[in-house]
Amino acid sequence: MSVPSQRPAGRKVLFMATCLCDAFFDNAARAAVEVLEHAGCEVIFPEDQTCCGQPAFNSGNWPACRKVMRHAAEVFNGDLPVVTPSGSCAAMLFHGAGIAFEGEPDREVIGQLAGRAWELADFLVNGLGVPSWPGRFPARVAFHQACHTRGTASGPAALRLLGMVEGVEVTPFGEGDQCCGFGGTFSVGFPHVSTSMGQLKLDHVRKATPDFLVSGDMSCLLHLGGLAGKEPGGAVPTLHLAEVLQKALRDDG
Amino acid sequence: MAEQQIDQFTRRLDGKVRRAVRENSAAGTAKRAEILAADYGDPTPLRRLAGEIRQHAIENLDVHLAKAEDSLKRNGAEVHYAVTAGDACRVVSDILSRAGARKVVKSKSMVTEEIELNGHLEAEGIESVETDLGEYIVQIDGDHPSHIVKPIIHKSREDIARSFEREGLGDYDDDPETITRRARAWLRRKYFEADAAITGANFVTADSGRLVLVTNEGNSRFCLAATRLHIALVGIEKVVSGDADLAVLLNLLARSATGQQLTVYTEFIQGPAGSGRPSGPRETHVVFVDNRRTEVLASDCREILRCIRCGACLNVCPVYRQATGHAYRGVYPGPVGAVLTPLLAGKDFPAFADLPKASSLCGACNEVCPVDIPIPDLLLRLRNRAHAERLPSPGSPPMGPFAAMASRPWLWRMALRSGRVMDVGPVQKIPVPWMRAWLNTRTLPEWRGGKFRAWMRDRRKGGDET
Repeated sequence: MSVPSQRPAGRKVLFMATCLCDAFFDNAARAAVEVLEHAGCEVIFPEDQTCCGQPAFNSGNWPACRKVMRHAAEVFNGDLPVVTPSGSCAAMLFHGAGIAFEGEPDREVIGQLAGRAWELADFLVNGLGVPSWPGRFPARVAFHQACHTRGTASGPAALRLLGMVEGVEVTPFGEGDQCCGFGGTFSVGFPHVSTSMGQLKLDHVRKATPDFLVSGDMSCLLHLGGLAGKEPGGAVPTLHLAEVLQKALRDDG
Repeated sequence: MAEQQIDQFTRRLDGKVRRAVRENSAAGTAKRAEILAADYGDPTPLRRLAGEIRQHAIENLDVHLAKAEDSLKRNGAEVHYAVTAGDACRVVSDILSRAGARKVVKSKSMVTEEIELNGHLEAEGIESVETDLGEYIVQIDGDHPSHIVKPIIHKSREDIARSFEREGLGDYDDDPETITRRARAWLRRKYFEADAAITGANFVTADSGRLVLVTNEGNSRFCLAATRLHIALVGIEKVVSGDADLAVLLNLLARSATGQQLTVYTEFIQGPAGSGRPSGPRETHVVFVDNRRTEVLASDCREILRCIRCGACLNVCPVYRQATGHAYRGVYPGPVGAVLTPLLAGKDFPAFADLPKASSLCGACNEVCPVDIPIPDLLLRLRNRAHAERLPSPGSPPMGPFAAMASRPWLWRMALRSGRVMDVGPVQKIPVPWMRAWLNTRTLPEWRGGKFRAWMRDRRKGGDET
């Protein structure tokens, strides 16, 4: 994974909500905005934003991917940091884009966006240097690190943030570094493998008996939550990391 | 509904086999992590260095290969080149027939699997016996290896006991020690009867002309001890610039493959017996096999040629753990196979273009790779190639319409609003294949398209309360 070494980290940010939050998880996106604002940021939401282009990229349809990414580069132009509550979308910007635009004339335009992309937890901890978090949220949480944050600072940053919240107890679970089985279109192209992977993850998570399954990516939680909803074991409450931070803030009044 | 072949294979797979492969693989992953952490702390810098060593080796292959040839010849070995699998087989049978060799003992070699050497020799009336225990069992079963390092990871000891009984190696007994003793006794006879030994090589050093062979059973040593003729088949990408590189590569190979500090038998073979080398075969032949490796080198996936065949990417891969090796329909299973098999298939690429899709792109393979191959990136490039060649992709939603929508904000906003129909029960019954594939085992959350946008707009208007 190639993460840009120098990224802008000011307190005025462009917010990329992600298509999943746009369609299903408005609560996670709201939480992310409130969390950024608490950290002193002015959050700008460019209305014309759509998607980061990853679904097309992963499907191999790179012309389609480039079309979406070119739109994103227009929508998020400028010099401000682009912050997104998803390690996967952030990685699409700072890693995937470089591959999808190899040999393209506007590679540098996309590279300029890539050089400003941040995953939320990484931005809070390593961009802004947030030292502590107010409030309390008494809960045992199992933290699932999204695979697209492997080799980035996002995983450790998320755990740092969870560690800052009074009352949060992070409980480990078996084979924590294994994928949840989502993988975008992989989940529908290979439904049997994908489902088996997800069920294995859920088994491990359930054994740890957390109050919440927490992740920095709604895509993993869409999959695991969706699977749990159909299983005899029943629903597993899920929260985006930003929602944990938001709940702590609310407790703080 | 059209199904992806790997998904279909997994659905039909015996639960016992799947479980055994999964547990064995997970144990392999844990052992690897443990020994690397104990010996090196964070192995990443070393993996990166090894990656650079291998990348340098393949990017300067023209120089290294010529140098390796000179060094090998200086040491008394004969050097051959084979462009295709067929060429490689013919070179081997020519050498054997010139020497009048009818019986061959063989140590484990993936490139010989790739060129289907055993079948070729058998057709020529030459007996070729695999001496690696796992490969021997694969051979008597007429099966294929399902793992690069652990070829019979998919078999139980009961399976093996039945095979041994069938082959006349004694009555049914599934005690592992008995199985091993029986194979040992039988193979000893074969070593003495053999006229020639065929091996692969894990590395060939350009500066000193050494063949490096690693085995845990010592079978390659036995192969070379009693025969007068040694033929080593080597993929051209196995050449490294020099002995110094081995310090890094051998340390990582053993730890990544089997969780060992050093493979039990690590042999350095510098040519046939002669002055200064009193023992060993009288004749050494090295056959460098291309079999489309130069095509891979010319492609945008050349990093896969760094591979040192440790199998760590198989062990860690969540898809391999569910699907098992035979799902990949090739000599190389798992993530490395999903890249290499389609590339080595040449014009048969379309027949294997589904393999790179059998991945959630989780990146665990790259994280454990001793030579830091960016496997997910290569899988993506092959997906792009499949798309550019207009190959079908069963089960995946079309991305053209998605991109049309995601590049037109007004259309996107309209879709967000109209998505609400998804919550209406009967709509979920519409037979869109990929939708069904999701909903068979998973629910969808309530559609809340546009809600976040509305909230943001309200706040901007000054209603800053939630």
